[in-house]
Amino acid sequence: MTEPAIHATALTKWFGEGETRTVAVHDVTFDAMFGELLFLVGPSGSGKTTLLSMISGVLRPNSGAVVVEGRDVWGLSDDELADFRLHTVGFVFQDYHLFPRLSTAENVAIPMILQHVPWHDALERAKGELEIVGLAARAELSPGKLSGGEQQRVAIARAMVSRPDILIFDEPTASLDGDTGKRIMGFVKTEILNAKRCILTVTHDERIFEYADRIMRMEDGKIVGTEPGAGHA
Amino acid sequence: MALPVRRVHDHDADRMRGLLKIAFKLLVNDRGKFFALLIGITFAVFLMVMMTSVFAGILRKSSSTVTNTGAKMWVMDRSVNNVLSSIPMPDYVLDGVRSIPGVKYAVPLYSGAGLVRLANGEYQPATIVGLDDTSLLGRPNMIAGNVEDVYADDSVIAVVDSEYPKLHAPQVGTTFEINDRRAVVVGLAEVPESGLFGLPTLYTTYNRATEYVPSGRYTISYVLVEPDSPAAIPSIEAAVYALGYVARTDEQFRELIADYYKFHTGLGTNILLMTAISFLVGLSISGQTFYAFVLENLERFGALKAIGAKGRELVYMILFMVGVTSLAGYGLGIGLCTLMITLAKWRIAEYASVVTYGNLALAFGMVLVIAAVSSYIGIRRVLRIEPFDIFRS
Repeated sequence: MTEPAIHATALTKWFGEGETRTVAVHDVTFDAMFGELLFLVGPSGSGKTTLLSMISGVLRPNSGAVVVEGRDVWGLSDDELADFRLHTVGFVFQDYHLFPRLSTAENVAIPMILQHVPWHDALERAKGELEIVGLAARAELSPGKLSGGEQQRVAIARAMVSRPDILIFDEPTASLDGDTGKRIMGFVKTEILNAKRCILTVTHDERIFEYADRIMRMEDGKIVGTEPGAGHA
Repeated sequence: MALPVRRVHDHDADRMRGLLKIAFKLLVNDRGKFFALLIGITFAVFLMVMMTSVFAGILRKSSSTVTNTGAKMWVMDRSVNNVLSSIPMPDYVLDGVRSIPGVKYAVPLYSGAGLVRLANGEYQPATIVGLDDTSLLGRPNMIAGNVEDVYADDSVIAVVDSEYPKLHAPQVGTTFEINDRRAVVVGLAEVPESGLFGLPTLYTTYNRATEYVPSGRYTISYVLVEPDSPAAIPSIEAAVYALGYVARTDEQFRELIADYYKFHTGLGTNILLMTAISFLVGLSISGQTFYAFVLENLERFGALKAIGAKGRELVYMILFMVGVTSLAGYGLGIGLCTLMITLAKWRIAEYASVVTYGNLALAFGMVLVIAAVSSYIGIRRVLRIEPFDIFRS
């Protein structure tokens, strides 16, 4: 782990102006390495999600820079930024944001379809991904017919299907019971993480801290401490 | 990292096909809203086309005398604004028209209303059409009897149309009275278009018609003119104008009659209002339903944006959704309208309604406006959503 997957420098983000200005992230600098499962933890309002959004090319910082795989993310045009998110980053949202009107396989295939892969090829690839997360038999069902843990795995399959180098997990276990949450994170740790991939996870859930390689603690928009996780090899 | 999944297909159709398929599935799999959208547009189109078709049917029937007579030019008083309000002209007008260079021939036509007393004593108003005694120009298509029998004493030819039963369906040989004068049906005929006001029609000779119907000093309702060639029409029009009358081609006469019903009877205004109301109903139902659909899927559109969809791709998706719904609604609306008119005509043979290309184009234009407004509302919302909102949710 020599070259950082993500290099964030002096990231600052505030919302509002004048008296209503709120600084969400203040002068944050850190690196995340390939092969690393990095947890961002801290209380609500500490700036974790804002930081995650700036790193993943979703929210433009007021100052600072994000370099991913050697590219200055915020120097990209809007179209390039969309392509960056599509090809380099995989998202697992807190509420999954699956499409209830599409089948599970079609949900997983979305990033491929956005990459203009022909429909049938994309579906085949999505079914392969569902097999990896143990949901091959659920491919034709609508997400509404799946349990919370299964929906989480569908969201992971969707994030993985285009083989992104950076995976972003936003509160991945927030809607899951303890056992399911641990099972999911164990799966992520053993099956998803590899030497060419970096996973950033925002979480409150201390029950899953054992899976982290490194834990960064945030408070009031700043990183107040970094410690190796129990999953650190 | 050379991964096949990062392959980008250059072909534009391939690029969009998958996205549009997602859009299609999002749309049709939400059955409740999809059907609400379809119903909104279908009924808007149905009402708009129905209204305008009824109006087109009325206009067509209002010109039935012009259509049925088949003359190329009509000479009339300058004050005439529709075929029913003919103003009798003196005989010298006929002679004057006949003397105009370029006129191949000209004949008089009488058109008026007579009161028919049926065998059982009932009275029934009827349109009496008097054809030129010599040529019978404008004669109807005979389906029973011989047209020349109309020269016999008291002879009339009855037109078999939807109003025909009002004369108790007379056959050849049936007698009745017209304005207290004996009349004998010597033939049955059909015409391309029946009249607008529900009166049965009887044909006879010009001279006998003027005897049946009391009239003033002048009796010629119209002079029917056959020009030598289309090139002669402008000079005939000018010469007739110099006589103090007006000559119109059959097409011009139809337009004059249509303008009368559109602008001088209130009919056009009412139809226009009903069409506008139909449009507004369709617009409000479709616009509101599509807005609700977009709101419900806003987070998903935001998720697509976060995953990497470009703004214009989301715009294409919305345009496609609205386009599919609008075209399907348009087709269903036209189909429903055609079905209703067919059923109505099956029960009422002379039902005044006709779907014209103009009606279809008008309804299509209205549907495009509905689609444009609905898309605009949806696109504004979708383009405004920030991917960051998805994280915050």
